[in-house]
Amino acid sequence: MSRLFATVMIGVMALTPWAHKAEAQSTPLRIEITDGVIEPLPYAVPDFVAETQGSNQVSRDISQVIAADLNGTGLFRQIPANAHISSITNFDSPVQYADWKAINAQALISGGVSVSGNQLEVRFRVYDVFAGTELGSGLRFKGTLDGWRRMAHKVADEVYARITGEGGYFDSRVVFVSETGPKSDRKKRLAVMDYDGANLQFLTDSRAIVLAPRFSPKGDRVLYTSYETGFPQVYVLDVGSVQRRVLSNESGTMSFAPRFSPDGSSVVMSVTEGGNTDLYKMNIASGQRQRLTSTPSIETAPSYSPDGSKIVFESDRSGTQQLYIMNANGGEATRISFGKGRYGTPVWSPRGDLIAFTKQNKGRFHIGVMRTDGSEERLLTASFLDEGPTWSPNGRVIMFTRETKGSGGVSALYSVDVSGRNLKPVSVTGGGSDPSWSPLQ
Amino acid sequence: MKTWTKAAFLVAAVALGACTDADRFGGGSGGFGADGTGGVAGSSADPTSIAYFQEAVGDRVLFAVDQSTLSEQGRLTVLSQANWLLENTDYVAVVEGHADEQGTREYNLALGARRASAVKELLVSQGVASNRVRTVSYGKERPIEVCSQESCYAQNRRAVTVLTANVSG
Repeated sequence: MSRLFATVMIGVMALTPWAHKAEAQSTPLRIEITDGVIEPLPYAVPDFVAETQGSNQVSRDISQVIAADLNGTGLFRQIPANAHISSITNFDSPVQYADWKAINAQALISGGVSVSGNQLEVRFRVYDVFAGTELGSGLRFKGTLDGWRRMAHKVADEVYARITGEGGYFDSRVVFVSETGPKSDRKKRLAVMDYDGANLQFLTDSRAIVLAPRFSPKGDRVLYTSYETGFPQVYVLDVGSVQRRVLSNESGTMSFAPRFSPDGSSVVMSVTEGGNTDLYKMNIASGQRQRLTSTPSIETAPSYSPDGSKIVFESDRSGTQQLYIMNANGGEATRISFGKGRYGTPVWSPRGDLIAFTKQNKGRFHIGVMRTDGSEERLLTASFLDEGPTWSPNGRVIMFTRETKGSGGVSALYSVDVSGRNLKPVSVTGGGSDPSWSPLQ
Repeated sequence: MKTWTKAAFLVAAVALGACTDADRFGGGSGGFGADGTGGVAGSSADPTSIAYFQEAVGDRVLFAVDQSTLSEQGRLTVLSQANWLLENTDYVAVVEGHADEQGTREYNLALGARRASAVKELLVSQGVASNRVRTVSYGKERPIEVCSQESCYAQNRRAVTVLTANVSG
């Protein structure tokens, strides 16, 4: 049975569900993702074996993307190739565990790559070196050659999942606002890219200010705010066709801060009328609108719980910006933020357990997380200006906007683990702001 | 009036910028610039001109941190704006509300809307027809000063009354 591969086809457009996904095994090789500082797990990923003529380059590229994904988590430490004793030249040959033990590689990832026309096939296995066993069973991915990065991300997601017991997040995309030009004349365009910055694609031009794009639950549509008409209004854009339409365009009102409901059928957003900003829910198909809050204070930045039953939002009804939770149909709201300072832009974790937010206190900005009852607040970052968190599909990493100070200030995307470790810039050409992470593709 | 001299120069500079890039704010539908005039400013010597409104009447009011209540000076400026608009009925106005960068994006949009609305409400209370005044908020998206210090933030926490000739008459 061990030679029998489960096969997953990766089409360019098709979002194929995992077939025959291997059950996670209980083995000694395991990273428990906890809040404490952990020692990264040493692993080796020798270049995948090129099994056909002309697949050398893509084999190396795939191995490098897998390594970049794993290394980027901060949970894994790659043992460089020049330290390897063994090399893998035949994917189907038995593994020399002793050679990998000798360099303290706790996990070993081996793979084979074959190319036929524009068809690409990637096979891989993960080994628990010290147990001397395979971790899970081998998997085979098939798809087109131009989808090689996605295949590499899928391999890395599978490795991550087998070793951590958590879902992965590498085969995902980020929609954000690309920024160019000086602070006094910033040009903004909607853009989408792979989570690691590859495959950048622009979705709008820079003629109108665009703000805060948000992915739909399936990642096929994007909500955003545009000044296309001269007044901020919420638009919905189809990522595939790049067709867009205005959702809410009532004269004399502004609409902004939209987010999809978890079923993708409706939008919760802020509407400003006569200087007062409240929350509304709108059915995307019918345009029917339901008012959710009715106060003279500012209510904005709403975000649904994953089950769609509740909405977390910010309000200054107490005098300063604070976080509140209410039922998805409105009604009484419960305040959950009580620390010093101002709290805004709450976002419910896809796991449902935490709420990420922006906090301002004493002239500094922080990205933080708290439980949904407001307890166990933890600040993950501190800078002149951090804001607008978004969750990775597995709820383990947060991406956000960091803007630097002064006339030369620039906006960039950063990510940080929910534990507060592994803070780093996201590789983007040019400046960026307002990221929104897609689900796993 | 001394404090307004600098403001008038700024407005002139930004207005020129807007002319070279008419589509900067999208669509070109209304030509509303963040600080532009949306039309030929004319000479400030002509008391019915947009330039006069900007320089002599004063087209903007400034706000305290996280506030949308007009200061006494701000109130007087808006009262002058109201008088001018009542006399010069050929113009319509868009009041643009802005915030400094020390706030989250969404909140600043809502705060800018409050500021713009505070100006509109006072204009309307003085008899300016409400259909002649629209409001819009740019939040922190269009700073005029970029130094990340209070001296700049104070200039950015503003509501600017931008006029256009009412072509529909």
